[in-house]
Amino acid sequence: MNKRTFVSALRWSCASVAVFLSGCSLDVLAPEGDIGAQEKSLILIATGLMLVVVVPVIAMTLFFAWRYRASNTKATYAPKWSHSTAIEAVVWTIPCIIIAILATITWRTTHALDPYKPLQSQAKPITIQAVAMDWKWLFIYPDYGVASVNELAFPTNVPVHFEITSDSVMNAFFIPRLGSQIYAMAGMDTQLNLIANEPGSYAGLSSNYSGQGFSDMHFTAIATSQQGFADWVNKAKASSANLDDQAYHTLTQPSEKVPVSYYTNIKPGLFGSIINQYMGDMSMDKIGTPSPAQASAIPSHNDHAKASE
Amino acid sequence: MFGKLSLSAIPYNEPIIMGTLLMVCLAGAALLGWVTYQRKWGYLWTEWFTSVDHKRIGVMYVIMALVMLLRGFADAIMMRAQQAIAASDAAGYLPPHHYDQIFSAHGVIMIFFVAMPFVVGLMNLVVPLQIGARDVAYPFLNSLSYWLTASGVVLVMLSMFVGDFAATGWLAYPPLSELKFSPTVGVDYYIWALQLSGLGTTLSGINFVVTILRMRAPGMTLMKMPVFTWTALVTNILIVAAFPVLTVALALLAADRYLDMHFFTNELGGNAMLYINLIWIWGHPEVYILILPCFGVFSEIVSTFSGKPLFGYKSMVYATAGIGVLSFVVWLHHFFTMGSGADVNAFFGISTMIISIPTGVKLFNWLFTMYRGRIRFTVPMLWTVGFMVTFTIGGMTGVLMAVPGADFVLHNSLFLIAHFHNVIIGGVIFGCMAAINYWFPKAFGFKLEERFGRYSFWCWLVGFYMAFMPLYVLGLMGMTRRMNHYANPAWQPYLIVAAVGAGIIALGIGFTILQIAVSIRNRAENRDLTGDPWGGRTLEWSTSSPAPFYNFAVVPQIEELDQFQADKEHKRAYKLQSQYADIHMPRNTGVGVFMAAFGTVLGFAMVWHIWWLAIFGLVGMVSSFISRAYDTDVDYYVPGAEVLKTERARLVPLQKLVDHVDPASAGQKVA
Repeated sequence: MNKRTFVSALRWSCASVAVFLSGCSLDVLAPEGDIGAQEKSLILIATGLMLVVVVPVIAMTLFFAWRYRASNTKATYAPKWSHSTAIEAVVWTIPCIIIAILATITWRTTHALDPYKPLQSQAKPITIQAVAMDWKWLFIYPDYGVASVNELAFPTNVPVHFEITSDSVMNAFFIPRLGSQIYAMAGMDTQLNLIANEPGSYAGLSSNYSGQGFSDMHFTAIATSQQGFADWVNKAKASSANLDDQAYHTLTQPSEKVPVSYYTNIKPGLFGSIINQYMGDMSMDKIGTPSPAQASAIPSHNDHAKASE
Repeated sequence: MFGKLSLSAIPYNEPIIMGTLLMVCLAGAALLGWVTYQRKWGYLWTEWFTSVDHKRIGVMYVIMALVMLLRGFADAIMMRAQQAIAASDAAGYLPPHHYDQIFSAHGVIMIFFVAMPFVVGLMNLVVPLQIGARDVAYPFLNSLSYWLTASGVVLVMLSMFVGDFAATGWLAYPPLSELKFSPTVGVDYYIWALQLSGLGTTLSGINFVVTILRMRAPGMTLMKMPVFTWTALVTNILIVAAFPVLTVALALLAADRYLDMHFFTNELGGNAMLYINLIWIWGHPEVYILILPCFGVFSEIVSTFSGKPLFGYKSMVYATAGIGVLSFVVWLHHFFTMGSGADVNAFFGISTMIISIPTGVKLFNWLFTMYRGRIRFTVPMLWTVGFMVTFTIGGMTGVLMAVPGADFVLHNSLFLIAHFHNVIIGGVIFGCMAAINYWFPKAFGFKLEERFGRYSFWCWLVGFYMAFMPLYVLGLMGMTRRMNHYANPAWQPYLIVAAVGAGIIALGIGFTILQIAVSIRNRAENRDLTGDPWGGRTLEWSTSSPAPFYNFAVVPQIEELDQFQADKEHKRAYKLQSQYADIHMPRNTGVGVFMAAFGTVLGFAMVWHIWWLAIFGLVGMVSSFISRAYDTDVDYYVPGAEVLKTERARLVPLQKLVDHVDPASAGQKVA
């Protein structure tokens, strides 16, 4: 197979996969953000590359099975033949080459798509802190002094920096149409950087089973214009609910199918204290009431929260 | 007195469970009644339950696997039915607490009590015969391993009717599996069932490593070992290396739940990531523990039915060993989304895809074994070709998910579910079904009939594609695993197709049962008088069908890779000697049954915190073992005259038969 036919076979197989999959609403292959778009093309390239081996193997299996069926006495029968250095060299070499190419792609894309890596953009990133609870998502906007449950909004074409934790069991934060997911774990702060390039309401969910109410643990991610986002923040600010210790404690109680709600007057350093309650001084009962030392360990969040007050 | 156990532990108000209980009780009563009526208890006890014969233990493992397949598959059908109707946030018919137990039990049962017993059973049945041994290295330990696995089965089945099972997913990730979030006994059942059966598996692993390394017939160097035995060797090395990790992980989880420790809790310095790493350090090798022996099965079958030696035997051996080593450096690919750095993720991603190289080589080797062969499409061969096509697709999606950037959007989705069913059904189940059809005559003396076997194959094949191809699509549509119900109505059509596919697989299972039943009824027609019904190449086919309890009257001398094939070609097979030496054999013992029974009591008591009963179980287990250790009457000799009688009864008519069947040997006197 010369290079040109190889490339065209690759193209053809990618295209055929794309056609096959375009018939239905495949969120993962219909990304609305740059990260998701890169992941989509990665999936297609990797699949196409592997089909170079997979299609011939399947074709050869079926062909050999048919050609050398016992009833076909015209086919050559070599009852002793069991070794060929040339064939063995080829069957080791071809997978090695494919995997070498794929490994190179993997090394590059794994670094390029590292969820922790800040996105390159002219716009200043917005920070959203996500907390997985039994069984809902709390989103805190430290720069805006608002919070919401089971709905979040952000402007399009602005990198969104997620800081993610859990105040219960392990979950995973995932908006399929924007790309990568990452685990939410208590006592830990995982990070995710995403961007939406098209406005819209996208389904978000927990993609790691977390018990009884897991199936309803979804949320809406609204990607909108700067104006739309400002309106959304104002709507949250207009909420009469404050996110103080009492309100936070109520939220941590297990509940299912929780409707969207908004909070204002977020307790300073809340996100840090949610993480820290499982760390350090083992003060289990102090949810939402960090010691001064803990609060000062996360000054930036406090500062933002204070500034917005 | 009874710890946490009270009558309220029985879920009276769950009609589905109570209905199942009624069915199990009725079926159980019918079976016990029938055995009693037939006066077969003595026979079962002396010939089967207390047997240390590797072939009988192997058969009991496979029966256990088939029975548990029905249970695990019932769970699957219930899940598919639930997801097929629970669209647009409809509740479906299974409430989350029940549904969550079902998917957890499905995974646990299919891996630990279907796939494992299948694979261990096949190794039991075949490995000693393939290496020319008369039993495994530690026959009593082998019986104990089996009965400990049975203990695990008993506990898992009991959990359905007394208390509940883990609602945590099949790997019981903490902190969800910790006492705070799972306060019922479900996770405790999980822990003790797996600890008991895991102990059995570890002992099996030790047993087979020693058997294969120390008990091969003279002349059988490692590079003259049949490929199935090679895969069994690597698998058992993996078992010995990996299962202790599972034991430790579960012991630490038990310490958290029973002793108020904090290895994996959210609080007090616990770290769930530790458990997730440990469980997958066991869990990934486990996948290869299951698939490698099946690769061995396909290698034997494709060579036998193509009428050729296996192409590239050495490649196959190195590929198997390479896969075994690599399987320990890929575990992190199960959680790329935990937030490891890009270097770590890329390392594990690339090491994972490197495994596809030896796996790919194996596929090519099977292909070139078929090339220029004379392929007989018997039932085992159908399964093999079905496997080669299906497994290739599953392997491709697996490598795709080994790319961290792709896994970030595919992880935990139904794409993942489709992938691992694609390799476990397409690889392990197809392999076990092929193996049952292939070695059945060796175990029972008659072949399985072909027609229902073919029906079963086609139902499984078509059903598999219908059940799991839609799941690939659903994964790409953003549907995640373990959902009790879902809002998106666009998912429903695919889930309905998947449910129909599961129904077709159910037909396949039905045909397998029918096939076995019809074959038993018509066994006179399908009797295998030669011991070599397929034109086999390896030693197990040189014995009678079923093989005599001592396997080989004379331990064979090995000079070639396909020794039996060479013996047939050189007219050396089926030699009757004028006299035979006495044969040293192990005596049957019921200690394995007793130890496992006490173990079951121990597990049950620990689940329900009935401490006195737990002490009773433990003391019973240990004292049974000590009594066995001091028992000196553990072996006996089969007199040479008896061996001569058995061999003569088989070989004298066989020589006429072979003369008659083989035109090449017409006019020559065999032996």
